[in-house]
Amino acid sequence: MSALRIVVAVKYVPDIQSDRGFVDGRVVRTSDDGTLNELDENAVEAALRLVEALGEEDRAASEVVVLTVGPADAEQALRKAYQLGADRAVRVTDDALAGADYFATAGAVAVAVATLAAERPVDLVLTGMAALDGLGSVVPTITSAALGWPAVGLVTAFELAQDASGAPVLRATRELDGATEQVEVPRPAVVSVTDHANDPRFPNFKLIMAARTKNVDVWSLAEVADAAGSLGLDVATLTTPRTRTLSAEPRPERPEPEIVVDKGEGGIALAEYLIRNELV
Amino acid sequence: MAPQHNRTVLVLLDTPLTELSSSALELLTVARELGRVEAVSIGSPSVATLAQLGSYGVELVRQAKGGGSLGAEAAATSTPLVAEVLARAVEVSDADVVLLTATFPNKESAARLAWLTGAGLIVDAASVTTSDDGHVVGGKRVFAGSWDTVCEVVTDKAVVTVRANAVVAAPADAPVEVDVEGFDVSPSALALASVPTSREVHVVAGASGRPALAEAAVVVAGGRGTFGDFTPVEDLADALGAAVGATRDCVDEGWIGHDAQIGQTGVTVAPRLYVGAGISGAPHHRGGMQASQVIVAVNADPECPIFEISDFAVVGDLAEVLPQAAARIREHQGR
Repeated sequence: MSALRIVVAVKYVPDIQSDRGFVDGRVVRTSDDGTLNELDENAVEAALRLVEALGEEDRAASEVVVLTVGPADAEQALRKAYQLGADRAVRVTDDALAGADYFATAGAVAVAVATLAAERPVDLVLTGMAALDGLGSVVPTITSAALGWPAVGLVTAFELAQDASGAPVLRATRELDGATEQVEVPRPAVVSVTDHANDPRFPNFKLIMAARTKNVDVWSLAEVADAAGSLGLDVATLTTPRTRTLSAEPRPERPEPEIVVDKGEGGIALAEYLIRNELV
Repeated sequence: MAPQHNRTVLVLLDTPLTELSSSALELLTVARELGRVEAVSIGSPSVATLAQLGSYGVELVRQAKGGGSLGAEAAATSTPLVAEVLARAVEVSDADVVLLTATFPNKESAARLAWLTGAGLIVDAASVTTSDDGHVVGGKRVFAGSWDTVCEVVTDKAVVTVRANAVVAAPADAPVEVDVEGFDVSPSALALASVPTSREVHVVAGASGRPALAEAAVVVAGGRGTFGDFTPVEDLADALGAAVGATRDCVDEGWIGHDAQIGQTGVTVAPRLYVGAGISGAPHHRGGMQASQVIVAVNADPECPIFEISDFAVVGDLAEVLPQAAARIREHQGR
């Protein structure tokens, strides 16, 4: 195995423990309760482990680039990735991306990956299995389609290898509801890893301090337009949303629950509740 | 509502070789309200499947043919292939809408299909309707069930994955004859390269006869409070004809298989009735069950967060409460 260049696409999301909501049909993300999407930590971890497994020389020549799409606050997600050990961070931002849907977001990720690949080849794009705000899990697939690369989703274990002809491949185990699959696809590829793929590390003090001042490259869509062209994509089409939010309403609070303290008849009370409400 | 416009709606059949699941029948019910329904099958639909389609008013099944390269088994589990099959079906049927059930593989197929056809995409819709100008509109419940959003597809074509239990499956007013029509697919090299080299189907011990978790109308789930003994949970589940679920803790402890995990990174359930036993109600779990219609909780801790989102709760030991409830329910049912 030689030196690797891995892009990890991450998302800045409201903390799952915070009071989440919408304004003007868009998810509220503030610097108070925003964070690196927890499931993206598994992707960062997977990238770091691949590089750490290399010999010293290859390791020094390798690069883990974290990439996000979003406004200035989103940089917090990149700083968190720096704390974990990422080498470089890129944020794509543009007024045209405000209100971006799956396609606009994935399109921006794809052209940014293509821009990085134009500098120096990219071996792999890693992502988490879902963003804990939208839970769409479709951006990795659309990104791969835009790049023309294979995608393998919901991966619990994988290795980089060569096939019989010496061409680079990715061998992965994919865990689905009801089945386990082994997949081998050519590289470069887009891979989403599940939260069972690894246990993400905790940031160490040295990296926390260094992450504060590390540079983040900020790219507008104009700066990635050349790469988009090389993929046969045009930025304007790519970033035109295909859906729009008509409404977003908080649900009414549930009425207070009926609570029974079991004094020997709790099970009967439960059964009677179900019978009374025609749930049996 | 009578079908309006000349809209053609394609429904991907998940299990045409055996028989259709309740989620597939719900999908056909949703589709009928949107326009003329055609089904897409990878492989030859069984007699049972054709009978179900007839009773749900589907007159045409489009069966993918791909020569030797497109075996039904391999194709059905390779999402880039499924996407290309559906894209071709959209072409030959001139369909406006494609509906899929909301499984993780189907999200991949739907995303790639939307990319290939230029369609707008809605993932995990709980309702699918149309706007006055004919666009597809999807309703979703998000942020662990605390917000409702409504989203309109602004492109001409729409791809939607629909959550289980979004509607109650209902056959058409009158059954129809079903025709099967083949269509050719030439998969791309990239799709063929993505076919799994092997696939192992999980056999879940003791699960025989219970409904599938993702589509069950009733779910009984156990958490850390079971201390690894799922017997009371299974007992109540069987009395209710329910599926058995669990929290991530239980899976990590090895008490139950990963397939039973309810939560944001496991199975999302939205049954008519959810019973959670020994479950505190951590955000990750709540994100996977909070859209349930009726929530019942049993927990020894009166302060546990799941009580806040419950309709009915028992403070007590699940090992006592669940068997007693199961016995009372069996008595009520006369068995």
